[in-house]
Amino acid sequence: MTVDQPKYKTSDEVDFVIVGSGAAGGILAKELSTNGFRVVVLEQGPYLTESDFTHSEVEILTQNKLTNHPELQPTSFRKTPEEKATPQRAVLYGRCVGGTSVHFTANFWRFHEIDFVERSKIGPIAGTGFTDWPITYADLEPYYTKVEWEIGVSGLAHASPFDPPRSKPYPMPPLPVKSSGVIFERAAHKLGWHPFPAPMAILSQPRPGRSACIQCGFCLGFGCEVGAKSSSLVAAIRVAERTGRCEIRPNSYVHRIETDSNGRAIGALYFDEQRNTHLQKAKAVVVCANGAETPRLLLLSANKQFPNGLANSSGLVGKYLMLNSGGTVTGLFEHPLNDYKGYCVSRVLHDFYELDPQKVGFYGGGGLDARYDFTPIGFAFGGVPPGTPRWGKDFKATLSHNFSRTMEIFCHGTSLPLENNSFSLDPDLKDAWGLPALCLTYKDHPDDLKLGNWLFARAHELYEAAGAQKHWGFPAAESQFAVHLLGTCRMGNDPKGSIINPDHRTHDVKNLFLCDGSSLVTSGRGQPTMTIMALAFRAAYRITALAKRGEING
Amino acid sequence: MNESLNRRLFLSRGISGLTAVWASTHWPALLAAADHARHATQSATPPKFEFFTPEQAKEIDAITSRIIPTDETPGAREAGVVYFIDRALNTFQKDAQKTYQEGLPEWQARVSEMFPGITKFSAATPEQQDEVLHSFDEGGDAPRRAFRSRHGARNFFETVRQHTIMGFLIDPDYGGNHEGAGWKVIGREREHTFQPPFGYYDKDYPGWQPLEEEADKK
Repeated sequence: MTVDQPKYKTSDEVDFVIVGSGAAGGILAKELSTNGFRVVVLEQGPYLTESDFTHSEVEILTQNKLTNHPELQPTSFRKTPEEKATPQRAVLYGRCVGGTSVHFTANFWRFHEIDFVERSKIGPIAGTGFTDWPITYADLEPYYTKVEWEIGVSGLAHASPFDPPRSKPYPMPPLPVKSSGVIFERAAHKLGWHPFPAPMAILSQPRPGRSACIQCGFCLGFGCEVGAKSSSLVAAIRVAERTGRCEIRPNSYVHRIETDSNGRAIGALYFDEQRNTHLQKAKAVVVCANGAETPRLLLLSANKQFPNGLANSSGLVGKYLMLNSGGTVTGLFEHPLNDYKGYCVSRVLHDFYELDPQKVGFYGGGGLDARYDFTPIGFAFGGVPPGTPRWGKDFKATLSHNFSRTMEIFCHGTSLPLENNSFSLDPDLKDAWGLPALCLTYKDHPDDLKLGNWLFARAHELYEAAGAQKHWGFPAAESQFAVHLLGTCRMGNDPKGSIINPDHRTHDVKNLFLCDGSSLVTSGRGQPTMTIMALAFRAAYRITALAKRGEING
Repeated sequence: MNESLNRRLFLSRGISGLTAVWASTHWPALLAAADHARHATQSATPPKFEFFTPEQAKEIDAITSRIIPTDETPGAREAGVVYFIDRALNTFQKDAQKTYQEGLPEWQARVSEMFPGITKFSAATPEQQDEVLHSFDEGGDAPRRAFRSRHGARNFFETVRQHTIMGFLIDPDYGGNHEGAGWKVIGREREHTFQPPFGYYDKDYPGWQPLEEEADKK
């Protein structure tokens, strides 16, 4: 709803230009414009709204209507920096106003205290960049609460004995339980584990201009046609627009941050829909383009003064990528669960959030959730047990029997930060605009794979306790496809070991700020969007304070 | 490909490998194909094929009908899958035309080779037809007879298989999957809002309770 938006000229030096309108960019747009600043948000994708969000799975699966496009934006992959990368689809992210928060599952647990200080607790891990955050859970807690109340998160406070401290309860009760959640909860209780209602960024009660969840069953991968999913599109961008100080400029593909002779950012250079180039001038630039595109933009912005890319004096831009380990274990039950109805995840457990490396023999920890996120076509290709005939009467009979009787347990785990794991510029491959394509380099740390298998074993244990007729999964395998895009411009106090300081300001360029998944120092145990939004609220507070003290360009 | 991570994704999990390449190309026309399939199966007058000759269409329909056969419930034939494929090949899936054009003659040659005297797949018995599918299906059980296929023919079977599944299960509100035939088969109601209880296991759920030990301690 592009109402009452100002139209700034590109020559107007606005206070902030924000690159990207996703989980972080949307929040920063809301907060900075609310705080009185003039803001332009440049979003590479289109501006879609509720009426554009259909239930056509084919549209989502084939047109990439909400996500990056493999033909316009090819990518490449290699396991190690020594190899030549092969062109292949290697990354998935939201490419529309609201970014990935438009189509995500909306699992919204907070990181725990341990995620910020784990290196101090368990000691160094050789060959990794494992380190503590420069901020603690306590620093972020007020902003987690802000996310829950301002964006809209359903949940039950104190339901998990492992939850970190919180200053307020959730603003609304959990969503109704699904059959998968009941099976999960009962079996977990038998095993002495502690399941709890999943905190979800989906409304269980209506809010002004937004419906409560109608349980349509097209959730992961789809935009919400009633505004129940708490994307930055519905929960933040519209607030920013109502300030009258924020312009959302879609179909604007930023490919360079320009700097002046003093090494200050002067604005963002972008292609409009017709591929004409413009420079939006600004007093400060905030990049929230995600953990893949943010480092890419810094590398694309190399110039004489910054030959290795902007903010890259450490040489670490794009490195220490973490994707989160884990995967699904699928189960089949006697009676219909009809889990295709409704949102995806209704129960979670955190009993294994913090595993003792001395006991299990590896570093890591994770969470399990009970879910169903298959679409009908997706189920036919990926939801049937191994060994099912691929066609014919028995194939059809299996689809017919299993579709309503299947559930999944998703295992979410840590990834260790390794310097070799990165996003970089492919030396050969170009995107449709002629710019170097993203290259993913990734090889999981052995502990990440061990953790995955350990969590899968717990999921199988749970299915046994639940009396599943059948349950199956696949051994943890090395990643070649990136969805959670974390750690590539990480936060720290040391300019040699990090890209941004705790104010999200780059160590090298005083009026350049970065905030998104790239800011994370550790991977958490999956489900990073809640933390990305909390960081964005905090970043907005810090940046506002700097601006008001005249310290951004002073 | 990392199976576990991959499975997180609606996208690559749903449509992996070949299909992802196929599917990611031309979505609007895919819907057009689905719409075509819907109108074709709804139409009282005999529908026209746009890519296939009537003879070819009969053979493709026969193949799709072995991939998702008609039994006590509807199959690919009732869902109008051949019309979905026909439109696809004339619109968004033009690059698969060759796969069909080269694959179908080899397919028919295989029929004659396996069952002398039968020149058309559609003329074979269902059992014979299944034998032919098995002989091409290298992704499933080992072939029952040793045949050497050119790459194109293997690709043909896999392409038809994937097209058939998509044409059978796409949301009928957006065309194809005629009268929701595919959704009836898998037991998905055609509603788009639901209320709890959703299924068997949550219907008597009394409400969330913590683990009893914990409750006892308090």
